[in-house]
Amino acid sequence: MIAREWRPPPLVADARLRYAIYGGALAYLLLALGSLEINWSRAVEGLERGWRLVAAFLRPDFGARWGEIVDGMRESLTMTVTASVAGIALSVPIALGAARNLAPRPVYLACRSIIALSRSFQEIIIAILFVAMVGFGPFAGFLTITFATIGFLAKLLAEDIEDTDPAQLEAIRATGATWAQWVNYGVQPQVMPRLIGLCVYRLDINFRESAVVGIVGAGGIGATLNTAIDRYEFDVAAAILLIIIAIVMVSEYASSHLRKWVQ
Amino acid sequence: MIAGPPRGGPVRFLADPMLRTIELTKRYATGDLALDRVSLEVPRGQVLALIGPSGAGKSTLIRCVNRLVEPTSGRVLLGDTDLTALTRAELRMARRRIGMIFQEYALIERLTVMENVLSGRLGYVGFWASWFRRFPAADLARAFETLERVGLVEFVDKRADALSGGQRQRVGIARALLQNPELLLVDEPTASLDPKTSRQIMRLLVELCGERGLAAVINIHDVVLAQEFAQRVVGLRGGRIVFDGPPGALNAAALTAIYGDEDWSRTAAEEAAARPPRGAVLPDRDRMGALGQ
Repeated sequence: MIAREWRPPPLVADARLRYAIYGGALAYLLLALGSLEINWSRAVEGLERGWRLVAAFLRPDFGARWGEIVDGMRESLTMTVTASVAGIALSVPIALGAARNLAPRPVYLACRSIIALSRSFQEIIIAILFVAMVGFGPFAGFLTITFATIGFLAKLLAEDIEDTDPAQLEAIRATGATWAQWVNYGVQPQVMPRLIGLCVYRLDINFRESAVVGIVGAGGIGATLNTAIDRYEFDVAAAILLIIIAIVMVSEYASSHLRKWVQ
Repeated sequence: MIAGPPRGGPVRFLADPMLRTIELTKRYATGDLALDRVSLEVPRGQVLALIGPSGAGKSTLIRCVNRLVEPTSGRVLLGDTDLTALTRAELRMARRRIGMIFQEYALIERLTVMENVLSGRLGYVGFWASWFRRFPAADLARAFETLERVGLVEFVDKRADALSGGQRQRVGIARALLQNPELLLVDEPTASLDPKTSRQIMRLLVELCGERGLAAVINIHDVVLAQEFAQRVVGLRGGRIVFDGPPGALNAAALTAIYGDEDWSRTAAEEAAARPPRGAVLPDRDRMGALGQ
């Protein structure tokens, strides 16, 4: 038997170009690392403060600000649920418009633009804008999360609608159904499990977002947390973070269960 | 009894055809000419098999009838209605008169058998009635009666994806019948079925057409099934009608005209002529011999 050699073809065929790319990437990485200005003495100071925070976790203080924590948590949960419901309600029609197999071209482009707009900004930036517009408080958080939900849910739902079986849609169209009946009988049964899964998943994300947007003034438990850190009450902050972790874990567990069940 | 000889011949018009296409042409956006001036008349109550190689335009032809595919030019007449001249709302009304049956059944997989069957009534009921599945009592009675006729009445609340291929196609047939149609368009009803189920489905279709006086245009790949169950066979090739006649006239020369050169001696011709009249019972294996050339 003749021994033959074989190697997988390289990604870049030209060896000189290939090594030039490797060398260039390495040189850039070294230069970039060199350009970082790290203040080591400040870092050491911060390390000590960080350690106090970690130490606070070992003895979190739930009692001292319990009333404020409960208020913040209630505000966050209210914000999460109302914003999720509003976001989902707005997402469904936008998703129908953003599905190429359902909507005429102008509607498609308009709905895709809304989605692109919503997806192009991080929640914090949107929250800052809404706080500037409607003032501090949970209403800004509600608007932020509603807006962010549209970008997520409408995009993924529209993609699922575009993946539906065209034969089933054709069959309903052939019966003389109206557009609304066609969506109700042809599209909805095909996308329902995915829609429910996405909604539950988004509810879960929205709770985490509600804690984050509070830090820029949009109310909720995030605002309470921010206040606690500003006052150097790390034991209170630790208590808040532990509660957030517990709620996120419970909702994560519940939502994964629910999603498995609807498949 | 049959009009519409191959193109170029004299055209005799029927007094009152169920369906008539006049110079029907479809050119897709890609430039492919799927239908080339097809003129065809289907009398009331006639079961017509449309045969031809893949890509001959069979699917396009039946979809141009109910305008699931928009024809490029030409006209389609359903009774006295010019389907090609209708507005969207009028077209919806006209589609109710045309039942359609599909190759892969095209049932809504996650809906129940009953919901699938009742979806045949969508053109007749309002949105909220259909949303809440509150169909008129007469529709329900009709649905139960039709499911009984196709032998699926005990499956009403089963989901469509829990059924076998033959059962699904029966649901598809029941859905089409619920429209109370005058014409059935049937697209490869047996392509996904085994030979025995294929024959049962074809027999059911032809019986139902007979019972209700329905005309049907059936796209079918299986020449032997077409010959056995249809009253008339039309051959399509390259978007044109190249054969139109009774099943008995489908000889080797006709098959070559439709499909191209091949040894057709086992498939049709003399064998078809020698076959006993339709409805006579023949052991299945005789037909199977003809199937596997």
